[in-house]
Amino acid sequence: MADEPWAHSRYDLQQARSPDAPETEGFNDPRGDFGWIHSYETGSTLDGPGIRVVVFMSGCLLRCLYCHNPDTWHLKDGTQVSFERARTALQAYAAPLRAMDGGLTISGGEPLVQLHFTQRLFAAAKGMGLHTALDTSGFLGARADDAYLRQVDLVLLDIKSWDPQTYRRAVGQDVRPTLQFAERLAALGKPVWVRFVLVPGLTDDPANVGGIARFVAPMKNVEWVEVLPFHQMGAFKWKAMGLTYELSDTPSPSPALVERVLGQFRDAGCRAR
Amino acid sequence: MADEAVAAQGSADTLKHPVGEPQAPRGRGGASPDDAASVHAWAGFAPGRWQTTVDVRDFIQRNVTPYDGNETFLSGPSERTKAVWAKLQPYFQEEIRKGVIDVDAKTPSSMTAHAPGYIDRDNEVVVGLQTDAPFKRAIMPYGGLRMVEAGLKAAGFEPDPIVHETFTKYRKTHNDGVFDAYTPEIMACRRSHIITGLPDAYGRGRIIGDYRRVALYGTDKLLAAKRGERALLDAKWPTDDVIRDREELAEQMRALADLAAMAKGYGCDVTRPAADAREAVQWTYFGYLGAIKEANGAAMSIGRISSFLDIYIERDLKSGALDEAGAQELIDQLVQKLRIVRFLRTPDYDALFSGDPYWATECVGGMDLNGRPLVTRTSFRMLHTLTNLGPAPEPNMTVLWSKQLPDGFKRYCIKVSAETSSIQYENDDLMRPYWGDDYGIACCVSAMRIGNQMQFFGARVNLAKCLLYAINGGRDEVSGEQIGPASTPVTGDVLDYDDVMAKFDGMMEWLARTYVHAMNCIHYMHDKYYYERLEMALHDQQILRTMAFGIAGLSVVADSLSAIKHAEVRPVRREDGLIVDYEITGAYPQYGNNDDRVDAIAADLVSAFMKKIRKHPTYRNAVHTQSVLTITSNVVYGRHTGNTPDGRKAGEPFAPGANPMHGRDSHGWLASCLSVAKLPYADAQDGISYTVSITPSLNRLDQGEKIKQAVKVLDTYCGQGGFHMNLNVLNRDTLLDAMEHPDKYPQLTIRVSGYAVNFVRLTREQQMDVISRTFHGE
Repeated sequence: MADEPWAHSRYDLQQARSPDAPETEGFNDPRGDFGWIHSYETGSTLDGPGIRVVVFMSGCLLRCLYCHNPDTWHLKDGTQVSFERARTALQAYAAPLRAMDGGLTISGGEPLVQLHFTQRLFAAAKGMGLHTALDTSGFLGARADDAYLRQVDLVLLDIKSWDPQTYRRAVGQDVRPTLQFAERLAALGKPVWVRFVLVPGLTDDPANVGGIARFVAPMKNVEWVEVLPFHQMGAFKWKAMGLTYELSDTPSPSPALVERVLGQFRDAGCRAR
Repeated sequence: MADEAVAAQGSADTLKHPVGEPQAPRGRGGASPDDAASVHAWAGFAPGRWQTTVDVRDFIQRNVTPYDGNETFLSGPSERTKAVWAKLQPYFQEEIRKGVIDVDAKTPSSMTAHAPGYIDRDNEVVVGLQTDAPFKRAIMPYGGLRMVEAGLKAAGFEPDPIVHETFTKYRKTHNDGVFDAYTPEIMACRRSHIITGLPDAYGRGRIIGDYRRVALYGTDKLLAAKRGERALLDAKWPTDDVIRDREELAEQMRALADLAAMAKGYGCDVTRPAADAREAVQWTYFGYLGAIKEANGAAMSIGRISSFLDIYIERDLKSGALDEAGAQELIDQLVQKLRIVRFLRTPDYDALFSGDPYWATECVGGMDLNGRPLVTRTSFRMLHTLTNLGPAPEPNMTVLWSKQLPDGFKRYCIKVSAETSSIQYENDDLMRPYWGDDYGIACCVSAMRIGNQMQFFGARVNLAKCLLYAINGGRDEVSGEQIGPASTPVTGDVLDYDDVMAKFDGMMEWLARTYVHAMNCIHYMHDKYYYERLEMALHDQQILRTMAFGIAGLSVVADSLSAIKHAEVRPVRREDGLIVDYEITGAYPQYGNNDDRVDAIAADLVSAFMKKIRKHPTYRNAVHTQSVLTITSNVVYGRHTGNTPDGRKAGEPFAPGANPMHGRDSHGWLASCLSVAKLPYADAQDGISYTVSITPSLNRLDQGEKIKQAVKVLDTYCGQGGFHMNLNVLNRDTLLDAMEHPDKYPQLTIRVSGYAVNFVRLTREQQMDVISRTFHGE
């Protein structure tokens, strides 16, 4: 659509659609009248309970080696969409989502980069009677104040590694903000599904997995630990964008490895799948 | 339209004729409810109007036992069932390699033309074949000799000279009659593929005889009722219509006598009602068998028999005459017979409707008008044949889905779907207000009240080509020939939406008129030369007739108009001025993404074409209906259609049925479903077909949770007004592998626009089309 190229598939490569957009680093829009959106997907069964609409925001401060949407790193890769337009688009799904016990998940990119836009969209979704889920790395968790979190029914918290060196190697940032956010969510009693991307040779070290498991196990608010096996489906985007993709030879984890990791979580007392 | 249909139905109902007319009982068996045969056959059934009037619905209403449990009671296949199935396997395998295995080229088929045939006489509990041997096809020259001879030659058999002489010198066919009445304009439309697939050379099908009547009443009682109907006709002044009705009724009565003779050949006396469950299954099947011996209709549905048969099975289970294994054996063996129906078709026909389909559609589920589910244990048994015998395209298993259906049944349906991809779902909550609670589905999506409604099948027109004609002033974009009325082509460098719409409206007007004209010719001649005497004998005399029109290319046209409206579309002209291509600048909203700006165009198209169709009177005052359905013909339509303004290239397939174009529904299945659900059933009462393929991912949810979600999805889709869902649960990789190694996948079944096919029996082009379609993650 001439006015809304964000209405493309999440699998479409998006680049520099909004060249005038600000840099992601240090971005802060106090109003959230506009957002930069990569794409959206309907009918997901994996990003929260029931059937979901998932909105992928642009802008992220992490640089995960296994990122399958490297075209969401910069705000300028997304399309500028008014809040009203996004709200109207969501409204078209409200009734069926309610009927299917589903709701809105905001993912990305990192939703907390566009703090006020996503807060308003969550609030709008709550107003439509929808369940809301925030899919985040937690790196910017401190930005989400309690008022923000009141609009969120579930946090999908991606704890990418336990070991600080591994974390830095995998995503290029410090692990501490994520762990502090997890502790805050636990203190608030906010429902959380912890997600862990299992990458052979990168995140699969038993000590790395065990650290997350021991950290999460006592948290009563953590309903699930979900182990996401690494896949190569995002590789083409790295290539198309001329980026160096370090994991091009990394296989998906074997079923045995997945079972081992699930076993580690379960042994620690987590509900894992 | 709905009101019209219901009103017409109401009047037909009041004219239903009593079974027992005073002058009726001439033959044996008698016709009153207290004769010895029916006292025995009907013992234990709740009495009612059905005993004195032919009224199967009333019988079901008074006697059905709804079942709200789960599938744990079901039995596996019996030894006898396995033995019969084993005998059939070599035929299935040979057919994949060879195509047509055998044909009797000498004997025009009728109920009594062939000697009885068996598969494995000792192990068959349900008997009866179309000819004297399994997989031996019959010829049916009354529809058209050319079709028979082309079919024979394609299969490597010689046409018979005596048959040829008979049907050229002494006996005219339906096909000959139609071409006597066609106009040059209709011929041009056929030739240029703007109107295609018309039943002018083959049986029209889409008529569902109420085969249950044979079991419940036996032919003696049915004949008595027909004699009563005749008395009413005899009292009427002989207008053309009345004379035709009398002649047809006489044919129907002869057909019932022939049916009894056919059954007698198998040692069964169907002049009397069925006395137990085995006879009920057998008698019902004989009714169907008689129909498929005489008519090679494109679609030969069996109707809605499971819950009817369940009443007999329940009675026998209670008396101890039958156990669960025996009950399942009856259904399994009936289904075995329904899986080996074969007609002689031509290569042209196969290109349209691939994989040798015959749409022996059986409906299970649905609610009654009092809010009671019509799900019985035999509904489960019917679906369970897909497990006992493996997946298969036929019978075309159709679940009439209602939000109110018992949860155990819903979950079982989804489970079988996930394992076999052999079930289609249709919205009972949407259809019941129109068609009551004893309708069946003819073919894929065409609902009709069983026993008092039939349709005149009319294939479809190519709406995308119509748009191109509008742009080109009536000239065909492929041949350059003037086909439509000569009008001013589009001028200028950019297509203007209002200009194109005005021209398109005029061209649709012409197409609708020509289409109704052709249909009237076809069905006049079909009634005259190839009347379905047995199927109609299993109807009331006064029935509702619909004339079922159809459109193909809906998503191509909707997207084309959206492109013209929202982007910039520049026509590319050939030297002689013919527009043969389009350059699109900018993006535009595409159908299949729950975007009203284009979905409204699609919905308006359906209503606009229906409105134009309704302007023209029909043969026998049939009620106009319309479908958005292509079956597999979307490939052929695409092949014959040039470049379109949506960016689709010449020759590329259309999307099937009401589906969005491949890959354009880019926001997941929910958005896609919601777009399709916006199409108005009120203006497409012959059905709106939608196929969804879901990839089974090894995801984190457990089986129970997935089934629960799928049930919710279907409830919601139907609640949003969705009419039909053909549900596939398969991997693209499996299909690719099956293309290379067909031997590994003899039973791989997939749902394609309203029916299911054996994937390995599709043409390569159609296989590629299926694989290129949008797959959605689970």
